Amino acid sequence: MTIIASSTAIRPEREWNIGWTDVGPFVALVVLMLIGFLINPDFLSATNLGNVVTRSAFIAIIAVGATFVISSGGLDLSVGSMAAFITGITIMFMNRMAPEWGVLAIPAGMTVAIVVGLLCGLMNGLIVTIGKIEPFIATLGTMGIFRALITYMSDGGSIPIDRSLRDAYRPVYFGTFVGIPLPIIISVAVAAVASFILYKMKYGRKCAAVGANEDVARYSGISIIKTRTIAYAIQGTCVAVAAICYVPRLGAATPTTGVLWELQVITAVVIGGTALRGGKGHVWGTVAGAVILELIANLMVLSDFVSEYLVAGVQGVIIIIAMLIQRFSK
Amino acid sequence: MSSVLSIEREGERVVAQKADPLRHSLLRAEGVSKQYGPVTVLSDVTLDILPGEIHAIIGENGAGKSTFMRLLSGYIEPTAGTLALSGQHVRFAKPEQAQDAGIALVHQEILLAEALTVAENLFLGRELTRNGVVDDRTMRRLATEKLTELGCLVSPNALVRNIALADRQLVQIARALLDDYRIVIFDEPTAVLTGEEVERLLAIILQLKEQGAAVLYISHRLDEVQRLADKVTVLRDGKKIGTYPGRTLSQMDMARLMVGRDLAALYPEKRTKAAGEAMLTVRDLSVPGFAKNISFQAHKSEILGFAGMIGAGRTELFEGIMGLRPATGTVELEGKPINIRSPRAVLDAGIGYLTEDRKGKGLLLHERLAPNLTLSALTRFHPGIFLRRSREQDALRAAVEQYDIRLKSFGVKAGQLSGGNQQKLLLAKVLLITPSVVVVDEPTRGIDIANKAQIYAFIQSLVAEGKACIVISSEMQELIGICDRILVMREGRLRGEVSGDAMTEHNVALLATSDAAVDGNVGGRK
Ligand SMILES: Nc1ncnc2c1ncn2[C@@H]1O[C@H](COP(=O)(O)OP(=O)(O)OP(=O)(O)O)[C@@H](O)[C@H]1O
Ligand SMILES: [Mg+2]
Repeated sequence: MTIIASSTAIRPEREWNIGWTDVGPFVALVVLMLIGFLINPDFLSATNLGNVVTRSAFIAIIAVGATFVISSGGLDLSVGSMAAFITGITIMFMNRMAPEWGVLAIPAGMTVAIVVGLLCGLMNGLIVTIGKIEPFIATLGTMGIFRALITYMSDGGSIPIDRSLRDAYRPVYFGTFVGIPLPIIISVAVAAVASFILYKMKYGRKCAAVGANEDVARYSGISIIKTRTIAYAIQGTCVAVAAICYVPRLGAATPTTGVLWELQVITAVVIGGTALRGGKGHVWGTVAGAVILELIANLMVLSDFVSEYLVAGVQGVIIIIAMLIQRFSK
Repeated sequence: MSSVLSIEREGERVVAQKADPLRHSLLRAEGVSKQYGPVTVLSDVTLDILPGEIHAIIGENGAGKSTFMRLLSGYIEPTAGTLALSGQHVRFAKPEQAQDAGIALVHQEILLAEALTVAENLFLGRELTRNGVVDDRTMRRLATEKLTELGCLVSPNALVRNIALADRQLVQIARALLDDYRIVIFDEPTAVLTGEEVERLLAIILQLKEQGAAVLYISHRLDEVQRLADKVTVLRDGKKIGTYPGRTLSQMDMARLMVGRDLAALYPEKRTKAAGEAMLTVRDLSVPGFAKNISFQAHKSEILGFAGMIGAGRTELFEGIMGLRPATGTVELEGKPINIRSPRAVLDAGIGYLTEDRKGKGLLLHERLAPNLTLSALTRFHPGIFLRRSREQDALRAAVEQYDIRLKSFGVKAGQLSGGNQQKLLLAKVLLITPSVVVVDEPTRGIDIANKAQIYAFIQSLVAEGKACIVISSEMQELIGICDRILVMREGRLRGEVSGDAMTEHNVALLATSDAAVDGNVGGRK
């Protein structure tokens, strides 16, 4: 048996293999900021940018979760109504406990939110994996269910948070830490944890493998059911975190909370560079994608070219363009 | 198609070609090169393809054969050099343009739309219509005709997803035979086929030649090359070594030209040591629709072969054992029962399985090499919950060395390796879990002769370590060359067993095709 290969002559793998999908979203982000500056110099002011990024936090956090689901080859349309549902439950729980527990009701409510989010995600996951129902259909169903539940819970109106809790809870959205708005810190933390899971942990490998080729994953002894279900559970947890940040913003849950968030979330993931058919997920790209969406909305408000009522329309156009780019750059 | 040329005698044509290559050659590649970034895959190859001639291209894994063929048929464009069709310069920016010019390529890799039917795949992109409406009936009829000619009996309405690998390959071949192409390129068409299908295909190729078409034929099965080829061109490391008249080369000559040195014997010497006690015991295993009541044992230090025709259920039987298909029955490893409902449990118990479908089920083509290598050994390789990248890189380096995987850069994706090198990567992946029973399904598919010898030596060294090895192969010579014992399956049942002197092609073929009794056959079902 002869061994001829001399591995010395082989080029080593570069530590960082950066391609267009990796930097694309960030380049787009910079370009957008420049355009914004040209249209209205106020655009680049620290306050305006801070506001924009803070507003994008909900979508960013949920979209980080969606990166797992989409990377593993799934899809979750229920995130918007799930967010509304969790917001509702959390506020109801806090209000109920406030007389007895005082401000302690807030951390208790947050825990409830996380548990409910985890369970909702788990439910989506099990319907898709054990029930073997197309993710699109399964989550379209739960989307309707969550929306109906929040409408029922609020009796068509709104569920406001108890006055006694309002001031104590406010900082979670309006507060800052060393000058940085808390929602930004929370979303960066969520993205950091997510990228750790996706790139440094075994689960991330499994997730990408299942999304890239289910058969290869199965033949390699990876459980498709487990991997996908966990992705949905992560998604649910992220929705809960976003809901926790969202409560103080309006101080109430209504039947229109989170409407069309699924569109923004999926758009953020796709412009972030994660392929909708599954495979490698791009967590930081997703975050950039969420910021890009909010920037565009902000630009539309600041400039007078396009009516801000068309924001969702523009976002729809963006997701289609992003998909076209993915299709043709392949 | 010029009939004048095809009836010319061999010698005259070669002379004529030397005098004025452009005049007679149907397709001429002149000084073509292909580079991927800094990597040169093909350099300065000049080749003439004449009508009515079967031209074989041979070379080691990674020599650049497939790249060259993709270049001739418009899938990629050369970075330097030109193509001329009947003396006219041409550029193919798209495969469709090459097809319009009469050039069809049967890919080495199976590229079919799994969610479509056989007939839909056959006519994909060139559907027949009648009065503007897709004419399904005619397409189905033509599909059945072509496939029957090739000996493929699947229904034109079957989904490609549900048909066997060999049938998919035949469907892919049929695609190239539907139109009257002037140049038909076969890139390792027989790698997944067994005896009878190969014979049918070779007959069809000879018929194409009779009709005046030019055939380019790539195979690592040198016996086929010797039988078919009028001319043989040898590529080595992206360069053309030479073009030789086919019949003058022996298989040994070809191998020597490919590798650039003398080769030792293909099959390792059989060990004389008797096999040890039972390692794997399978009892009454049934895989609904594919295999029925199969019982057998594989012993320590034994190479056990599984022979049979396509559709005999060998792959499905082992997919059942591996927990990849619903199956009933019991499987024991060294006396301990194994839960065959969970692929993970079977792997962890110590049975490794090399799938026959490396693209579809073996490797993540868009992923780098190291993640592919460790995918089925994640827990073993990265204890705890974190990934250990440096370990993984070390493992990759070791595997590249040990399995002689030829690559130009560690940063490539699995899909960018040549077919044979992908196979070696897959083998490395399977053995990374250090199984005590190794099941290899078509282990040398698409592997060149030098590497085959390496893989055989490898299998031998596995059993020398006391493992049991089960080889499923469509190449009967391979089974006879390396196995201690061969079990033969037909139509989902075990039909018999041959060992020792009874291991002949004749005996195996007999058991695989009929109920005839064979000398030395240790009885059908036990
Ligand atoms: N897109 C690509 N990028 C980089 N390298 C490539 C690419 N495609 C092919 N290669 C390299 O080109 C070389 C030749 O590959 P090719 O598939 O042509 O070999 P081959 O002769 O067909 O081998 P085999 O017998 O194994 O099929 C290989 O080393 C392969 O890794
Ligand atoms: Mg090849």
